[in-house]
Amino acid sequence: MTETQHAPLRDDPGRAGDAVPAIELAGVRKEYHAHGETVPAVRKVDLAIGQGEFFSLLGPSGCGKTTTMRMIAGFEEPTAGEVYLHGESVTGVPANRRDVNMVFQSYALFPHMSVFENVAFGLRRRRTPKAEIAERVAAMLEIVDLAGREKRRPAELSGGQQQRVALARALVNRPRALLLDEPLGALDLKLRQAMQVELKRIQREVGITFVYVTHDQGEALTMSDRIAVMNDGLVEQLGSPREIYERPATKFVAGFIGTSNLLGGEAVEGGAGQAVLRHGDGGRIVALLGDGRSVTAGDAVELTVRPEKMQITADRPDDGLSRVPGRVSEVVYLGTSTNYNVTTDGGAEVVVFVQNAMNAEDVARRGDRVWLSWEPQHSYLLGSPE
Amino acid sequence: MARLRKALTPYLMILPGGLWMAVFFVVPLVFMLSVSLMTGNIIDGFKQTWHWQNYADGFHTYGDKLVRSLWYGLLATVACIALAYPAAYWIAFKGGRRKSTYLFLLLLPFFVSFVLRTLAWKLVLTDNGPLLGPLRSHGLLPKDFHILDSGFAVVSGLTYNFLPFMVLPIYVALERIDYRVIEASYDLYAGRTQAFLRVVLPLSLPGVFAGVIMTFVPVASDYVNSEVLGGPNNVMIGHIIRTEYFDNSSYALASALSFSLMALLLVGIFAYARALGTEDVLEAAGR
Repeated sequence: MTETQHAPLRDDPGRAGDAVPAIELAGVRKEYHAHGETVPAVRKVDLAIGQGEFFSLLGPSGCGKTTTMRMIAGFEEPTAGEVYLHGESVTGVPANRRDVNMVFQSYALFPHMSVFENVAFGLRRRRTPKAEIAERVAAMLEIVDLAGREKRRPAELSGGQQQRVALARALVNRPRALLLDEPLGALDLKLRQAMQVELKRIQREVGITFVYVTHDQGEALTMSDRIAVMNDGLVEQLGSPREIYERPATKFVAGFIGTSNLLGGEAVEGGAGQAVLRHGDGGRIVALLGDGRSVTAGDAVELTVRPEKMQITADRPDDGLSRVPGRVSEVVYLGTSTNYNVTTDGGAEVVVFVQNAMNAEDVARRGDRVWLSWEPQHSYLLGSPE
Repeated sequence: MARLRKALTPYLMILPGGLWMAVFFVVPLVFMLSVSLMTGNIIDGFKQTWHWQNYADGFHTYGDKLVRSLWYGLLATVACIALAYPAAYWIAFKGGRRKSTYLFLLLLPFFVSFVLRTLAWKLVLTDNGPLLGPLRSHGLLPKDFHILDSGFAVVSGLTYNFLPFMVLPIYVALERIDYRVIEASYDLYAGRTQAFLRVVLPLSLPGVFAGVIMTFVPVASDYVNSEVLGGPNNVMIGHIIRTEYFDNSSYALASALSFSLMALLLVGIFAYARALGTEDVLEAAGR
């Protein structure tokens, strides 16, 4: 159980300042053995989570996000790689000696204890003086808006209240990081939305690093400073909610977060910064390339465009815009917006969201020939994860 | 009509069981209570004379056996907890997919008659039996050493015979504990000992509580073990009641002793329930 000092990774631009990251995973892998087979739950994850950051691990079930969190908490040991908490390796350090606390998916409150005793549990284990326990528990229950319910049993509380007890029970210990495993999953929609705002407020108030595991992209986008989108045991993309939404790096990310239109094309003009692609007859797409990406003429590529970035017009758009001709296959009126499903001449099925701010009437009808157009900065070439 | 049927349904459901209990439990109980206050003998017949003296006589003659029964009951119950808890814990948490197999193995001996098993113990523990015989012939045991005919033999037999009644409720209580709650205690800085003492043990106490009631009551009134394994100096009250009733035909005295035992057990169980059966105890254990 030697704790070795470790030089933190410096290659992460999303992190504020050059402080030691609160949590760092270096080449972490986790395998399970079942029926004589080795199944990797986490293939290889490298992450550095900054202090005070609200960081989300987002992905579908089975992507390895919960396993990743459990390795941070100390409930699982990585098969390979290292976990660092504040620059110190915690390999072999059991959960009860790690300075992180967890909010469990089902809350896992102690059913035989009152709210007060639940919250006081960690402080008592650390032999905190009685007066200080009373003070800190009271203050924490105030923060989570449960003052006056100290004597209740968990079973006497609503789901939302239990959730807040679980939060208080973890936060009262002032951990270096709080790990939350789908904490809002059991709540109904309205309460979940209220708790999202509440969680964010509490996180700002206490200033503790939050690592938030969720499969709900809306939740992750709303609350996070940064998101790691995981799939099949790997991090597919790491970035701010805006980066992830606006510039999905892979097909998986584009499909998992929000709605995306996927277009295939053939490069007619290559280059490093920008490329011009052909999509069906008459379809000309100008795409910006990310750092280090280059395309040579003749390459087959895929790119995404968000539905709200596209314009739909009857007339041929200006030359500066990316433009693709197609036929409207469906019009769905949704009140604040109208969705147009368009089949492009290049064979792609595309959705366009048009805000109903100005249009008194639909801009096109089913069966109409239309042009789709968008600014070059809104189409992103997809790569695959390394 | 439909509403009436709906209103009656719960009562109809309890009717068969309720009738059964009324006929085979309440009626004999009232009858025995009445017998316990009679005077007379088997030849001249018994008469209801409200003879409370039967109870005093019972205590006077067999008070020591009553106390011994409660004492043996207590010892065997404690021994059962000591043996059953680790076994139930192991099956519940380490049994994996073979849990039901282990439980079955534990219950396997109980497919054999209770009396037969106790007689088998006698064969094993007898002075020249397979256990003590070889040890004695090799001079490893003093000449006057026996296991049979001792309080130890009786308590051992009782413990063995009633162990499953302790294992099963404890197992059920442990099995029901959400493993994430235990993980939460580790997460909140509890080591293995603290996690056990503050979380696992308190959450399993209702099982221990049920096990104690299910074990202590039949153990304290058992008559087979003391008769087969105990010899003349370790007689329990169940044995006395049986002898007085069937051999001596002292129906009134036997009934009075039965009710005395029942009263003592009820008082004991209620005191125990008051002291330990509340949620406050669980919370105090978790603190």
